[in-house]
Amino acid sequence: MNQTLLSLRGISKHYGGRAVLKALDLDILDGEFLTLLGPSGCGKTTLLRLLAGFERPDSGTLTLSGQDITSIPPERRPLNTVFQQYALFPHLTVAGNVAYGLRMEKRPEAEIAQRVTEALAMVQLAELAERKPHQLSGGQQQRVAIARAVIKRPKLLLLDEPLSALDYKLRRQMQIELKRLQRELGITFVFVTHDQEEALSMSDRVVVLRDGEVQQLGTPREVYERPTNLFTARFVGETNLFPATVKAINGDRIALDVRGLSRDLRKPTFQVSVGEQVNVLLRPEDIRVLAADADYGFAGTVIERNYKGSTLDSLIRLEDGNEVLASEFFDEDDPAFDYSLGEQVRVSWVDGWEWMLPVANGDAAGALDG
Amino acid sequence: MDERQPFRSAVLLLVWSWLLLLVLLPNLLVIAASFATRDPQDFLSLPVTLESYQRLINPLYLGVFTHSLYMAAMTTLLCLLIGYPFAWALSRVDKRWQTLLMILLIVPFWTNSLVRTYAIKLLLASNGLINNLLQSVGLIDAPITMLYTEGAVIAGLVYLLLPFMILPLYTVFEDLRDDLLQASHDLGAGRMATFVRVVIPLTLPGVIAGVLLVLLPAMGMFYVADVLGGAKNLLVGNVIKNQFLDARDWPFGAAASVLLTVAMAVLILAYGLSRRRIGQETVE
Repeated sequence: MNQTLLSLRGISKHYGGRAVLKALDLDILDGEFLTLLGPSGCGKTTLLRLLAGFERPDSGTLTLSGQDITSIPPERRPLNTVFQQYALFPHLTVAGNVAYGLRMEKRPEAEIAQRVTEALAMVQLAELAERKPHQLSGGQQQRVAIARAVIKRPKLLLLDEPLSALDYKLRRQMQIELKRLQRELGITFVFVTHDQEEALSMSDRVVVLRDGEVQQLGTPREVYERPTNLFTARFVGETNLFPATVKAINGDRIALDVRGLSRDLRKPTFQVSVGEQVNVLLRPEDIRVLAADADYGFAGTVIERNYKGSTLDSLIRLEDGNEVLASEFFDEDDPAFDYSLGEQVRVSWVDGWEWMLPVANGDAAGALDG
Repeated sequence: MDERQPFRSAVLLLVWSWLLLLVLLPNLLVIAASFATRDPQDFLSLPVTLESYQRLINPLYLGVFTHSLYMAAMTTLLCLLIGYPFAWALSRVDKRWQTLLMILLIVPFWTNSLVRTYAIKLLLASNGLINNLLQSVGLIDAPITMLYTEGAVIAGLVYLLLPFMILPLYTVFEDLRDDLLQASHDLGAGRMATFVRVVIPLTLPGVIAGVLLVLLPAMGMFYVADVLGGAKNLLVGNVIKNQFLDARDWPFGAAASVLLTVAMAVLILAYGLSRRRIGQETVE
């Protein structure tokens, strides 16, 4: 599990003068479920195509289990791809599609037949073996694409937004199924998505990409709870940002002036000095909405409320004009809990639930749009 | 429904009357004529007979048919060999180049094909452009006989019919998705295996459509054989034309036409079957 299977060193790729990947380094561990997450144009699909061999990097090396595969064509790389549009061969049956990779290896027909049956059983499509792809639903085509890609028992399976064409319910189902397959087969998965929820729920590790650069690499929990910069914080989940000034440092605590309120918080991991600006980040579910007569927190007005089934999401405009998003779970004691628009409230959070980031040069407001 | 969509009904009526009057009816007349007896005054008369079809089996005509079929087949093969890579390249080049190449392909259509056939004659004649050029360069001493040969007819047919091969092939290559080729490579197939197992099967409907559009006209374009082929290199089209215009034997000309129509029907049937095999007619 901890051994490096595929390592990328200094991978760069340009299209027509535009840098899509900038000297990227990445180690993919054996057996892990790694997700490449980022907005469109961040280079995640290009990166996947480089791994598959459909594109060559302008510079840098790809090493798979100690072997340099940078210039090896896709047909000789021991890894397979599940394509975004499935790319099933329309002239072949389901069984013919799944058998394709083994036929290319010139395996005996008896072995092919047996392994195709196994692969189709694994994705629960055994009875549809003789159908043509166009006779299948989107979800079934998806399963065929997976069976076809794993039948050669690749070391690495590349999945290019494979669930993006499915509706929400089927998507959830396929997410669970993909996780199951990954556990059962023990194959390393590299999964591309722009859906942060999907990335968090499925991955062992997440690579957050932006403009061809790795923003953060970590477990879903690390990426969500301890983002290394504002881009990650805003792209992965919703974030409330409170600029603050350091007033004093007392051992492992610091006194902050957060928009006029004084808070005494745990000292962050990065260096701070008195008078410096820091960003205090809070997830909507960490926000506490208090009654208007509470004696602490920011005063504000509820300007929007969204019933989400399990949570109530409300947008609160503070007196200084900034807006805070709060997400609260329904309480069994108070099932009718709700706000009315225009209601006066106060907003705060529990000490220790905040995350702090230094104010970097690149963190101008315009650069934060994720 | 008819009252709510008067335009739709009008268009359908127009199309159907067109097909009935100008396609179905003439063809039925030709079929009927092929069973009639030749009449010097009225062209056709009773009794109904199979004599015209019996005469088609005559070795003389059979010879013309097989030779015509051979030339048409060679034409089709050459068109396919030139058109297939051309159509592939056309579907893969830059959009700007695509437009230019398309225009180059279509511009000749603005000139009547008979005129273009005479242009080829000017190129191939003993004192034509090609011979003059080769002689002035010193590659040959005496003119090569190119005109009035089988080769001249085939060259003329290829020139006139090549676009009809390229256009349907271009359409199937345009529809050939890159990710299918990538999937093939990804699963371990090299270029050759991908070509044989993915590209050929998926472009087959275009190949058959192109063959249909080239093979049948290649048997019927009598003026090409008239201008470029001399007396020996006749096409079925020449036979049909001669029977109707010179020999005034309408039943026999009609029987030869029916033979061509049947050949076309068989090819169209094969085309339909190949499309169904790929399952494209039900794809959304």
